[in-house]
Parts: sequence; C-alpha cells; structure tokens
Amino acid sequence: MKYVDEFRDPILAQTLLEEIKKLLPTIALTKERPLQLMEFCGGHTHTIFRYGIEQLLPKTIELIHGPGCPVCVLPMGRVDDCVSLAERPEVIFTTFGDAMRVPGSKKSLLQAKADGADIRMVYSPLDALNLARKHRDREVVFFALGFETTMPSTALTVLEAEADNVTNFSLFCNHVTTVPTIKAILDSPSMQIDGFVAPGHVSMVVGEAPFDFIAEKYKKPIVITGFEPLDILQSIWLLVKQFAEGRCQMENQYARVAQKDGNPPGLEAIAKVFQLRDFFELRGLGSIDNSGVRITDQYARFDAERKFSVPNIQIADPQACQCGEVLQGMIKPWQCRVFGTTCTPETPMGALMVSTEGACAAYYNFGNLPELMALKAEEEKTKLKEVASN
Amino acid sequence: MTTPAQGMRKRSGILRAEVINMSHGGGGKAMRDLIEDVFVGTFENQQLDLMEDQARIDLAGLNTMGNRLALTTDSYVVDPIFFPGGDIGKLAVCGTVNDLAVGGAVPLYLTCGVIIEEGLPVSDLRRIVESMKKAADQAGVKIVTGDTKVVDKGAADKIFINTAGVGVIPSHINIASNKAMPGDLILINGFIGDHGAAILGARGDLSIENDIESDCTPLNDLINTLLAACPDVHCMRDATRGGIASVLNEFAIASSVCIKIKETAIPIRSEVRGMCEILGLDPLYLANEGKLIAIVPQARAETALQALKSTDAGIHSAVIGYVSESPADTVILQTAFGGERIVDMLIGDQLPRIC
Amino acid sequence: MCLGIPGQIVEITDAAKKLAKVDVSGVKRLVNIACIVNDDHPVESCLGDWVLVHVGFAMSRIDEEEAKKTLDLLIELGEAQKELETMSRSGT
Repeated sequence: MKYVDEFRDPILAQTLLEEIKKLLPTIALTKERPLQLMEFCGGHTHTIFRYGIEQLLPKTIELIHGPGCPVCVLPMGRVDDCVSLAERPEVIFTTFGDAMRVPGSKKSLLQAKADGADIRMVYSPLDALNLARKHRDREVVFFALGFETTMPSTALTVLEAEADNVTNFSLFCNHVTTVPTIKAILDSPSMQIDGFVAPGHVSMVVGEAPFDFIAEKYKKPIVITGFEPLDILQSIWLLVKQFAEGRCQMENQYARVAQKDGNPPGLEAIAKVFQLRDFFELRGLGSIDNSGVRITDQYARFDAERKFSVPNIQIADPQACQCGEVLQGMIKPWQCRVFGTTCTPETPMGALMVSTEGACAAYYNFGNLPELMALKAEEEKTKLKEVASN
Repeated sequence: MTTPAQGMRKRSGILRAEVINMSHGGGGKAMRDLIEDVFVGTFENQQLDLMEDQARIDLAGLNTMGNRLALTTDSYVVDPIFFPGGDIGKLAVCGTVNDLAVGGAVPLYLTCGVIIEEGLPVSDLRRIVESMKKAADQAGVKIVTGDTKVVDKGAADKIFINTAGVGVIPSHINIASNKAMPGDLILINGFIGDHGAAILGARGDLSIENDIESDCTPLNDLINTLLAACPDVHCMRDATRGGIASVLNEFAIASSVCIKIKETAIPIRSEVRGMCEILGLDPLYLANEGKLIAIVPQARAETALQALKSTDAGIHSAVIGYVSESPADTVILQTAFGGERIVDMLIGDQLPRIC
Repeated sequence: MCLGIPGQIVEITDAAKKLAKVDVSGVKRLVNIACIVNDDHPVESCLGDWVLVHVGFAMSRIDEEEAKKTLDLLIELGEAQKELETMSRSGT
C-alpha cells in the first residue's frame, strides 16, 4: 500500500533506533527519571501498541499516553443524553462504531440498541444525512464527536443539509478542542512531561501555528507527527535530538499531509457552523474553558440539543475510577487500583478501558497482562509497607 | 408401481406457493408438500426418500472406518443470507463438515433443521437448499434427516439453519488442542479474513465497493491430503468467528505454550487489507469459512506444507509461526515493524474505529 | 478521531456535489472532496491525486515530494551509519 508500507519499514526503524541510542547518553537520564514524552492522540496510542513501539525504545524513554481520545473523554452524562435521544421512537440515532460501547450511568448505546432503540453505526456523517433523505418520516440524529480532525466533515455535512433543505437531520455535538485540553495538562501542577508528539491530523486541519505556544510559552519541544510507526519513531528521534542539542522548537514531521496553514475549506466550514462553548466537561479532566464547540445560532435547526430536550445531568465518575490520573499521565494504567480486577474490557468502569484507543484497554489487550498485574501487586505491597512503617 | 420397502417412493408433493406462510410449518399437507418438493426432492437420497422420523445408518459399516464417532452441531444465522461467494445454505453444510474434518473425522451424514420466518420467498428457499445440495455433494456427505418450522414475521430473521454432523475418526488419528509442543510449526491454508470482509462489504451500510468473496468451502479433501502426508498433526481447527487470533489463543491455552506468529508471513489479500485499514479493523479477528490452522512437528512441516499447497483450497498455504515454551498461554505477534505485541482473545465484537 | 488512510482518486463521480471515488488497496469508496478543491485545483484536476481519507472525506492531498524527502532522509541516515560502522571495524 503506497504511503503506508514505506512508513512501516523495519530497516528504517532500526536506523532511527540506532540514532536515538547514540543521542541518549548526551542527555542526563536515568531509569528512575527517564525522558517522558506524551503522545496526545488516541490514534498515536493505538499505533504505538499495535506495532510494539514501546518495547523497541530504550528504557530511558517513557511514553505517556495523553487524553486525545474523544471517546475516552466522553462524560457519562453525555452518553445518557445520547441514549435518551436514541430511545425516542421517531429518532434514528447514528454514531461511529467505537462510541457504542461507552457505558452511561445506566447503559451504553450498544445496550440501548439491544433494548430496542434504533441505533445505527455509520462510517461517515454523510451516511447519516443520506439516511435522513431516505427516511423523511423519521428524525435522524448524528452523534458528532472528535477533535478538530473530524469537525470539517461534520460542518460540511450540515452545510450540505442546508443546501438540500433537509429538515429531519440534526447533530448531537460533542466535538472537543485540542489546544485547551493540552494547555490544561501543561498547567497541571503534577505535570512531568518533557516533550510532545503532536496530533498530525488535527494539524492537518488547523495548521502549525496553534501548537507554537507549547514550545514558546511552556518551553516544551513538540513535533507534529504522522500515524505510521516510522512517523512516531522519527518524531521521538527529533525530540531526543532537540534535547541533545539544547533546542526547544515546534517541528512538523508530517509535512506530506499537514500543511503550515492547515485546511482552509475545512476551517471555513467550521467557522460557519461551530463556535466555542465557554467551558465543556471532559471525562477525567473536569471542566475546561473553551474545550468544546457548539452549533452556531445560524444553524440552530441542526442542533439536536435545541431541537429535543436532553437530561443534561452531570454524572460523577465512579469513586474507584482513576481515569483522570491516567489521562494526565500521572499514573500508568496498571497502577490504577481497579485495573485488571473490577475494571476489565468485559466489565469496564471507565472509558479508558472501553475505547480501543484507551490506554488501559491497550495495556490490557496488547501488554503482558501477568507481568503488569505482578508489577501492580509489587507496588501495592510497597505502599502497604510504607504505611505500616509510618 | 414401487413400494416403500424397495427404497423408492412415489413423491406427490409439489410446492406451488410463492411465499412461505404459517401453514408450511403446521404439520399438514402444506408442510408435507414443502418437505417433499424442496428438501427431499433436492437432497435426493435413500434415507430421506423413506420419509421416516429418523435416519437409520448401518453400524457395521461405520466400524470399518475407524474407532470413534465424531458428532458436532452448529446453527447458522448469517445476515445477509446471500453474499459474494456463498449463502447461508452453503455455510451450513461447509461449517459442519469442517468441524468434523478438523478432528480427523471422515464426514458422512448431516441433519438439516430450518426455522423459516413467514414471508420468505420460496425462490430464496429453493436457492438455499440447492446450494446445500451442491456443497454436500462437493464434500461427499448426505443430508439424511431434518426438521422444518415456520415462525411469525419478526420472530426470526428470514431463515435460521441448524446442521448436526456425524463422521468417523480412523483409529490412527489423534488430533487435540492440548498437543502443541515447543518447536512445532504453525500452518494456514491461505488468505485470512475473506469471509468477514465479504460479509461487511455485502452489508452495504458501509458503502465500500469491493470484489471480495467469502472463502466458504468444505475442507475435508484438503485435510485428507494433509493427513496422508503428515498423520501426526498435533492440533487443527478451522478459524471461523473470532478469526485466527481466537484459534491460536485456544491452542496456546489448551497446550500451555507460547505461540509466536510473524505478521509478514500471514497471507492476506490486498483488498481485505484495504478494507481493514479504512475501517480500523484487525484482520486477525475477521471470520473465515475455509481456513484452518494446523500445528505440526517441525520435521514434518515442509511435507505438510507441500501437501496443503497441492490442493485447491490450499494453494496459498504458508507457515506463519512456531510454538515455544514461554510465556505460556500467550500468543505473540512479531509485527511488520520489528516490534512485538500480544494477540489476545477478542472481547465483544470488533467495531470499526474512527480514531 | 485520527484514523486516516491514503487512497487514490480514480473517478470524479459527481462534480457538482464534489463526490469522487477513492481506491484504497483495491477497495473503493465514495468520498467528498470539498476540502481539497480550490481555484488552483478544480474538481476535475483531482483525478489521480493521492489523498488522506477520513470518515468519508478527502482531507488533504498527499505531497509526494515531502513523503520522498522524509524517507530519503532516513535512508541517508542508514547509509551514514553503515559507513561509520565499516570505518570503525577497519580499525581506524
């Protein structure tokens, strides 16, 4: 496959690993205080686990898996809102596949489907619009989620609905923004991240400039990165090189897709259809200013939140849930008190275990589970010893 | 005029209806017409012609073929019922034949129980039954008894089929999931994921244009050839729902070994790969209906591979990995990129990703 | 929401609606190309383009030059590494 296989080349991978190994001794690192690099995006997390990249890297580089997984940061209350919309008899509720398993306070969309709600999986918002054209007697609601990468497709679909005068189509908008979310992590007092692997497809839409502040204000190197394993390894190399050479910049490793000024038609569509919400809740991170978008007044008739009433109740995470700490990179998934015991992919407590991009699900499915559970048991023993001796 | 005692019967039932309705399951003349015309008339064999409540099979004959009876059953509820490369009828025969054959059994007789939703066009039913006959002939098995039920609209999805199968295992054959040993090699008879991808493509709601066909086929001929060349196959299973990942995990756990496979060695069609890349699916978990995994001693692996390749259903056979001691109960994939990751059992259904 | 896959536009299906057919390793799908058309690149000129496909939209044209640059850089690195290795082995 062109533009795919070349970026999965194992020989070039070895070249990069060699270069990384050569540079590391010039940076003061130890196994106790390794170089901590955060990959923000769920797509990057998936590639890292699918190709076993973490095991290839020296132990003095640690990858921290960030909250850039829109399914993972979906609050339970919003899932309840989806279920409530889907259970209306006149509604055909359409959604991307991975959102269907996230548990709400009573059930997930998949469970609601089993209970009789008309919920259909779509690959594209345009498919949802086509359903609306086909079923004029029903109300088609599209569950719009994603960071900026997916906003143009949703916005362009609304514009097409407007052009074609489709009145039985609306969105339940859960789009979230990347920059305020990264900023919230950077502002967190316990933050210990040295550099960032930045989401290449967000940059494809918004361009390079929105990421400048991370290097300029927060003095953390950042590399805009593609999604094949070679892209990620190359970005790690570029970050390590910056540390070795004492630089702190924003670089673009994904120039073949992500251009400096982003995607103008996409940005234009977004500006017409969406505007920032003053604040929005991201599961595990709490309420963050400007972290979500809603539909502008001009397109209110396509806003499911205004067309229908939804419960709109904020539901707190279960007490035992430590999704927030994992999302911020403060603890590793296996260090969560319920990882692998009460919280497993079959019986998920939090979104990080439900979503295939979630760090917890990735560790559970792709990692060495017996090893991880042993590590977890060790840590708990050490903690108990500390408490006992005090 | 011939009598039932001579094994031939004057069949009078003709199904004239165009659509199946409740009376076709009611036990009366309508049902008899359906059975005689569609099932008995198509499957055409002595046992069925007798129209008894049970098929009667001579034990002495079976005893000459081996020392164990193999018995299996499966229900088929695939949607859509007609798909590129096959239909629910072909699936119902091949699936059960293969479940017998992978245990080393010679498949002999099948049952055919159908549950039909009222409203199913008779032409669809005839097409499905003819497909079953064709597959049964290809596999060399006879469908000798069955059952027909019709349920209200909505109580079933067009048609559900259950087939049970009976076969005999020759005394020298000993295949079991717990027999994998460190050093053994792992073989597959061709491209993975064809059936799963064909079904996804046929469902239409993802609107992906493709030419992918299901790999649904009986494997008993291929297995005969394999066992003749390599009687000492340790483990063998067909990789249906859950893909090759599930079968490999079953073997790793039953045998308490580590199974290591190489991503670059696993045969996959570029179209199936393309579909998986677009949807974010892992082909290791896609269903197959004509693929088996065989674990064989290293010394016999080359012979086994050549035997597989000499058959129609095994042209693209390959060695995809090997068995080692630890970590036990685990399947590890060496990725195309050079790293390693664990391949776990599938949890729930694979859903297309957007991330 | 990052799953994007490269594909090649093999047909302009509906120029007015900006719909094209994209080929990904032999399977094809209809995609909306509104994000990659502008005055310099009208709809018809997109035929044959390699694009990044995401949820039914072509989101960006893939820059062949940049892709080649990225890979060439790594290939050169690899060659430089081999040279160094040969030099150090020959006991310099």
